[in-house]
Amino acid sequence: MSLSARITVKQNGFFLEVDLLVSAGETVAVLGPNGAGKTTLLRALAGLIPIQGHVELDGQVLDDSAAGRHVPTERRGVGLVFQDHVLFPHMTVQQNVAFGLRHNASATSRQWLDRAGLGEKANALPRDLSGGQAQRVAILRTLATEPRLLLLDEPLSALDVTIRAEVRRELSRQLSGFHGVRILVTHDPLEAMALADRLVVLEQGRITQSGTAAEVTARPRSRFVADLAGVNLLRGRARGDHIELAGGAIVAAPDAGDGDVFAVIHPRAVALYLARPQGTPRNVWRARAEDLDLQGERVRVRLSGALPLVAEVTPSAVRELKLDSGAEVWAAVKATEISVYRA
Amino acid sequence: MTKWVASLAALLLGSCAGNQGSGPPPTVSSIVVFAASSLEPAFVKVAGRVSPKYRLGVVFNYAGTQALSSQLMQGAQADVFASADTAHMKSLQDAGLIGGSPQVFGHNRLEIAVEKGNPKGIHTLADLARAGLVTVLADPSVPAGKYAQQALARAHVTVHPASLEPQVTGVLGKVSLGEADAGIVYVSDIVSSGKVDGVAIPDGQNVIADYPIAKLKSASNNQGADEFISYLLSPEGQSIITGAGFEKA
Amino acid sequence: MSQARIPGPLVALAAAGLLLFVLPLAGLIVRAPWNQVWPALTAPETATALGLSVFCSLTATAVALALGIPLALLLSRTSGTIRGILRALTTLPMVLPPVVGGVALLLAFGRRGLIGAPLYAAFGLQIPFTTTAAVIAETFVAMPFLVIAVEGGLRGLDHRYEEAARALGAGSWKVFLRVTLPLLRPAVFSGAVLCWARALGEFGATITFAGNLPGRTQTVPLAVYVALETRPEGAIVLSLILLGVSLAILIGLRDRWLGEP
Repeated sequence: MSLSARITVKQNGFFLEVDLLVSAGETVAVLGPNGAGKTTLLRALAGLIPIQGHVELDGQVLDDSAAGRHVPTERRGVGLVFQDHVLFPHMTVQQNVAFGLRHNASATSRQWLDRAGLGEKANALPRDLSGGQAQRVAILRTLATEPRLLLLDEPLSALDVTIRAEVRRELSRQLSGFHGVRILVTHDPLEAMALADRLVVLEQGRITQSGTAAEVTARPRSRFVADLAGVNLLRGRARGDHIELAGGAIVAAPDAGDGDVFAVIHPRAVALYLARPQGTPRNVWRARAEDLDLQGERVRVRLSGALPLVAEVTPSAVRELKLDSGAEVWAAVKATEISVYRA
Repeated sequence: MTKWVASLAALLLGSCAGNQGSGPPPTVSSIVVFAASSLEPAFVKVAGRVSPKYRLGVVFNYAGTQALSSQLMQGAQADVFASADTAHMKSLQDAGLIGGSPQVFGHNRLEIAVEKGNPKGIHTLADLARAGLVTVLADPSVPAGKYAQQALARAHVTVHPASLEPQVTGVLGKVSLGEADAGIVYVSDIVSSGKVDGVAIPDGQNVIADYPIAKLKSASNNQGADEFISYLLSPEGQSIITGAGFEKA
Repeated sequence: MSQARIPGPLVALAAAGLLLFVLPLAGLIVRAPWNQVWPALTAPETATALGLSVFCSLTATAVALALGIPLALLLSRTSGTIRGILRALTTLPMVLPPVVGGVALLLAFGRRGLIGAPLYAAFGLQIPFTTTAAVIAETFVAMPFLVIAVEGGLRGLDHRYEEAARALGAGSWKVFLRVTLPLLRPAVFSGAVLCWARALGEFGATITFAGNLPGRTQTVPLAVYVALETRPEGAIVLSLILLGVSLAILIGLRDRWLGEP
């Protein structure tokens, strides 16, 4: 049981080209900025839009543009959960859950609702449910059809923060009892890490990174992932012991190698001084604190200057340095704190 | 609506005629004539002559006689009223709306309208009762329908019409399109239509309608009204009337 | 929820618009010979015309629903030139003078018409002058109102409901009958009401295509027109009766259609 998909979609100037392999029982989270093509990918897998390429599920060909083969959505055995519940407003909760069932629909739908503790809402209309209840019913409605491929399109993002955690826990429990292929589209890294075994980063219609959460965040290859991981990402050309950045700045890094590279600097590795520091650090720049943001026990300082960076310092350091928006400081990074990898 | 288009056309025709030839002077005054619909083809021609001759613009309002008389009763402004029957003229006279005394300027008789070439071989009113024949009549509420009923009664014929058209044009239209095999209309309608043939109805069964015309008391252009009426009664006017299928006064 | 105040001039214009509807109605009511209402109401001719009007308009609405909803569905799925052409064809009867529509119907379904001629030759079937013709004329003139309303409803529909239904394994029929159609109910209802009202008041196409025969093709508007020639007060009474019946049917249907499921 697995999904293998090679999909190309071209429509209205938008381009999606994705190769994806997911095994049964695995949950893959598709992460990406808005407009990256995440929803388009789900719609393509669901068979709702025409594609070029090949989609195969459990050995059954669902799409093969070369052979002119296309299995329509209703015969694909897919389950689709939308951002907001999309429950049929004119049917009761139980009728909604029973909609996709062929045999014993009434009894089976009732069982699903009872098991989820939603039995007393069976005869309610969707408009009488809270947002969280409605989304839970929507998930049940999809799972009840026992799909082989479960597609979740930002299933929690329309919910209030207060109930999101609760629905996420329930979704996590439901997913663990589901044996098909699971694909979760999200822009929330927390959701991705909580529910998924593997992350796929989709940017501008292409997969830019893939792997476990640790693997992906350790070596960001885009601004989007760097922001997710909360690190500074630099791109430039390595020349032995230093890197020339696109803006002209030079960053010293031992064993940088040669050629196009990414360099990651953790904000905690950026040290700030009032006067130019003496001694070892070779990477010292004049910088200006643009804004400060208190995050838990740390303060993130956005710096401008020859090298725009984010530094993370302690609140006491902020006091000592008299840091404020517009303060002029010196920023230093030890060469050994810079991790460099091929672009 | 077609009436308005027609009266507009009449006006244009009139003024066009007025501007034709070796530079006749433009019209200097105008009259408003309320005329029964069946008179339209004849009156368009009349206006074409009257306009250049008397430098007179003629504006027509064509409608069923009943509609025209109720418009006049409600205070509509006009100079001349030409009716398709004497009864309505009489009631306007009784209401004190008529200026001079009404004069009959023509007669109209009924004919059976059939398709061109008379494919169903219809020769008498009795033929209209034939089974399988589609006959349409005017509704008895309009004069043509009332007269048709009278004619059928005189001929002792019972017809089951497929439709009772509220306008004579409806009868003509259905016969000319081939949807109806026969209908009873005025001779003038058959002449002006040109798309149907007429089968004469003998005098003994026929009903002959008198068409009276009169100046209205409220006329704002007395001279123009007199000129129009006297032209209509002149030999020249009468030949236009007979050319349109009416009989001389 | 508090709403923005409507600017004064707009209120004045709205009032003027309302007066345009109310004044003629008031004229009809004030001038109505009320002592003749009961005799007119019980006169057999009235019952005949009224019965025919209600029958023809409801049948026309039913036919329009059966043909118009699929047509709207088709329209909503097309785009570009084809849609432009289809839409123009569908809305043509709305701009065509009804009398011209009647002539066009004769040229199509008449004894000499495109389809009417072979039908007449083969079966001796003549459509004009029949109640069927009255229904066809009313459908022709009124169906565009339904199609436009339903198409508008379809365009405003959240298509994810249909996608969700398909993902739940529903084939196209099931999606249409159990999801699309119920969601369209408000649009279908308002379209059907507009369509029915237009059919009920239909005059020009009916009289041209179906003729005017009491009991067969003389609907109330035709009867009113004929009565106007000879007894205008009878025409007013008949108009009022038509008004009353249509209001009663509208109110009755509304609860039935838009009530809670």
